[in-house]
Amino acid sequence: MYTYDLIVIGGGASGIAAAIKAKELGVKKVALVDEKSYLGGVLPQCIHSGFGLVYFKEDLTGPEFTEKLVQKAKKLSFDVYSDTFVFKIIYRDYFEKLVYAVSKHGIKKLKTKTIVYSAGCRERSIYEIGVVGSRPSGIFTAGEAQTLMDIYGIMPGKNIVIVGSGDVGLIMARRFALQGANVKAVIEIMPYPGGLTRNIVQCLNDFNIPLLLSHSVLRVIGKDRIEEVEVCKVDESKKCIEDSIFRIKCDTLIISAGLVPRVELLEDLGISIDPLTKSAVVNDRLETSLPGIFVAGNALVVNDLVDYAVEQGEVAAQGASEFVFNNGISAAQWKKIKLNGNIRFFVPQLISGERDVIMYGRVISPEEKVKLEINEIKKEISFFRVRPSEMIRLRLNKDELSSVKTKSLTFSISKRSE
Amino acid sequence: MSNKRKVVKLTCIVCPIGCEIEVIAENGNIISISGNKCPNGEKYAKEEVFHPKRLAFTVLRCKNGTMPTVAVKTSKPVSKFLIPSIMKYLSNVEVSAPLNVGDVVVQNILDSGADVVVTRSVDLLECNS
Repeated sequence: MYTYDLIVIGGGASGIAAAIKAKELGVKKVALVDEKSYLGGVLPQCIHSGFGLVYFKEDLTGPEFTEKLVQKAKKLSFDVYSDTFVFKIIYRDYFEKLVYAVSKHGIKKLKTKTIVYSAGCRERSIYEIGVVGSRPSGIFTAGEAQTLMDIYGIMPGKNIVIVGSGDVGLIMARRFALQGANVKAVIEIMPYPGGLTRNIVQCLNDFNIPLLLSHSVLRVIGKDRIEEVEVCKVDESKKCIEDSIFRIKCDTLIISAGLVPRVELLEDLGISIDPLTKSAVVNDRLETSLPGIFVAGNALVVNDLVDYAVEQGEVAAQGASEFVFNNGISAAQWKKIKLNGNIRFFVPQLISGERDVIMYGRVISPEEKVKLEINEIKKEISFFRVRPSEMIRLRLNKDELSSVKTKSLTFSISKRSE
Repeated sequence: MSNKRKVVKLTCIVCPIGCEIEVIAENGNIISISGNKCPNGEKYAKEEVFHPKRLAFTVLRCKNGTMPTVAVKTSKPVSKFLIPSIMKYLSNVEVSAPLNVGDVVVQNILDSGADVVVTRSVDLLECNS
């Protein structure tokens, strides 16, 4: 059996960054396990630019970002298991975890002190968004369509309807339009778009693709291949307005209805899950409720920017190296983050107050002229506007945290008084 | 109409912050640009009003490679209105592995001044027959 100090599960941006960082910090035996034949996770299929402005200070395409990260990794020595799918993790004791994986060469059983779990997220499917009707061919998630087009060079269809206006859906709308397909509409159930404004501009407006806000796809119509979708307007409670139903002819339906962290293997271990992020509850080293198991990247929180996923990979690696060298992550007392007002979530959920921490959060609904307050440390940050599609990232220094004597810190977002 | 005043509201697409920029132009000359948080935004707004440009991205069919396609982009932004023709042209281009990031596959595409360069390396597929 192979024995490691750290096994990184998932070879996307955060996983590669975690392996690199751990090696740089002097962790000896590191392995990176990935289910695909190529590293990078979803980056190699994201052929558009907009990646790496923070991390590499350059505007790169997804594959270029991967290449740079992989080149960095090649200079360090760690084992890479490609085409290897982890199907079970066992927590033996504080210093011993087992990772079971299936590969071309049979079942692999690896032993390790620490794990950085960076298996990314999965896409919500048509079965999860309440669309009834038949299930003919021609229905894909946005990521499936992207893989078909930009890895395999296969065009999924010609007349396209997209459900969901998150960034992935918008990027695919443009991709289809560029490739000569007719993108009939992007349909969004919320009264505001799910993606970044720049993507509305450069992906929809550039190609005159209609964005139908407060609309929902009710039904799929078609026998062998999808032929039409039934669409309606919805009211504030997302209920269908009866006389607003109409149909759009299409041969392809793309589902871009959100992403969910992939943490089934961790759930099986019995770690604490935060219902707000649908992923692990973590401390400021991104360690879960099981000592020595860390989570990073989109498996922890669905990020807007790959740079944040990389950053989390590095924080988790910092944690793993501390665990290896100091026999654990220390804190005199973990302080809980409490939420108040227009906040959907903040991670990490526990902080020590003894080191710097980067917090990532999202709001529930769009709002202008707001302030984020953390009363216990008398911190106040103003925002011109906040949107659910734009992640809030902020760094808290250990100096400002050191004076806190309470067991919790309360984050609240509220309207600024003029 | 000798004094043609034009007010254009833009969302900057240079970075994910997405500043709301207002450009005021008169007789084809820019009078003021406001709302941008950085100089890149000013440059973008200037171009966007009269000569909108974008990078173009696609994949090309690739022979003998470990992947069936190779990802490419234009080496610099090209006129937004030229992009459909560029896409059409590139849909008929086929290349062969191996290719590395930065390799030029088409020079000065459609006289745009931009080259088409590889963004995703493809190794040669080894045949183990």
